[in-house]
Amino acid sequence: MITLSGVHKGFGANKVLQGVDLTIAKGTSMVIIGGSGTGKSVTLKCILGLVTPDQGTITLDGQDVARAEREAFLARFGMLFQGGALFDSLKVWENVAFRLLRGALKRPKAEAREIAIEKLRRVGLKPEVGDLYPSELSGGMQKRVGLARAIAASPEIIFFDEPTTGLDPIMAGVINELIREIVVEMGATAMTITHDMSSVRAIADNVAMLHGGVIRWTGPVADMDATDDPYVQQFIHGRAVGPIESVR
Amino acid sequence: MSLLSPIAALGRVTLSGLAQVGRITLYAAATLAHLVRPPFYPREFLSALLNVGWLSLPVVGLTALFTGGALALQIYAGGQRFSAEAVVPQIVAIGMVRELGPVLVGLMIAARVTSSIAAEIATMKVTEQIDALVTLSTHPMKYLTVPRVLAGFLTVPLLVGVGDIIGILGGFTVATGQLGFNKASYIQNTVDFLELPDVVSSLIKGAFFGFIATLVGCYHGMNSGRGAMGVGQATKNAVAMASILILAANFLLTSVLFGS
Repeated sequence: MITLSGVHKGFGANKVLQGVDLTIAKGTSMVIIGGSGTGKSVTLKCILGLVTPDQGTITLDGQDVARAEREAFLARFGMLFQGGALFDSLKVWENVAFRLLRGALKRPKAEAREIAIEKLRRVGLKPEVGDLYPSELSGGMQKRVGLARAIAASPEIIFFDEPTTGLDPIMAGVINELIREIVVEMGATAMTITHDMSSVRAIADNVAMLHGGVIRWTGPVADMDATDDPYVQQFIHGRAVGPIESVR
Repeated sequence: MSLLSPIAALGRVTLSGLAQVGRITLYAAATLAHLVRPPFYPREFLSALLNVGWLSLPVVGLTALFTGGALALQIYAGGQRFSAEAVVPQIVAIGMVRELGPVLVGLMIAARVTSSIAAEIATMKVTEQIDALVTLSTHPMKYLTVPRVLAGFLTVPLLVGVGDIIGILGGFTVATGQLGFNKASYIQNTVDFLELPDVVSSLIKGAFFGFIATLVGCYHGMNSGRGAMGVGQATKNAVAMASILILAANFLLTSVLFGS
């Protein structure tokens, strides 16, 4: 279980997070929604330790993440980055098997390659793709490779940062379906940040809306449409008029 | 108020410069600390050796060759004024080995390697590849900085050695082909005049310049701003800082090695 309590984070005068409280139960899929610049990515980066919160605590299974042994802590996570964040200098299979080629999870090269090819197949890519470089792939294929890399070491927790941004609706649907299948199949805890409502409905067990530096609303995805929270209603229906200012 | 503003601006620039020196010193200390602690990444180190050393050979060789040739012409023309044109072999040798070889190689490495390292790492930062490294339990400094800095420290002295030889060869070619020097006596004069400390000082300078050029490239790449502008700024700052630090280090090392 991941718990955020009173998490604050600012960058100079810009106070992005102003007391985020959120709980993500083990084995569930939480989707954080919110407009651009509301701190969704910052929240995720705070959990991973890529950004240090100014105040508040973040715990994983009761242990403060700031005090956790970094390598063991990060070994529990997989992450799909918004732009894929694939390493240009490495072949696709080496990207997928990155964790399996070095560090505590190191395997023989042939075995790592085999696992990478299997993960590529799992995300719908042919084995031949493994020998290409990331620059030779389309945006959708890069996302799939990023997804394969995120699940390569069978992590307990997977983060997805804007998994469908920049993809056409069909490819977005494919990625959403893959994420849902993989999360269920692996029994992983998932946290996704997005402002794509079709992703929310496809991926989420629970939804949290981040606005003004705090969680405005959280609950099961089934309750999202019925909530009378005006912020949630404006966001999920994409209305220009409402409590959320359209010019930010 | 307006009278003080230039002083205030000067103060701000000074403080900012000192802060930058402090940050890069801490970065260098952290790099050295990571250098001796596992894990090590041999594949990245070999790749850095290739990029910093082997692939820099053409640019270093051509720079040294033309400089050696020009130096021979200049010394011959200048020496004629007081009937000392015979010293061309000795001055080319000492000029290339003690000063021009290391400095020119250092500056060419700053132009070729520092810029490429800064741009590559800055792009990795902008595209979240550095964050991805962290989430994959890989320390970016160990994976990106240490192999490059170690490769710079080890290969630039070799490049300087090669540059010295090619520079002398450039002088030899011009002196014997154009200025009428005898080949055997040119070589004999060069060999007789050069001393071991000249060569050692050249290699020591190369090691320092290689360390500076690669470290500064990594530092600016890791600390780049966002977007294409951030990458461009990081690259520009890295080359400027590396060039200045190389020239400053050259003066300090020359003072230490030959000051007495």
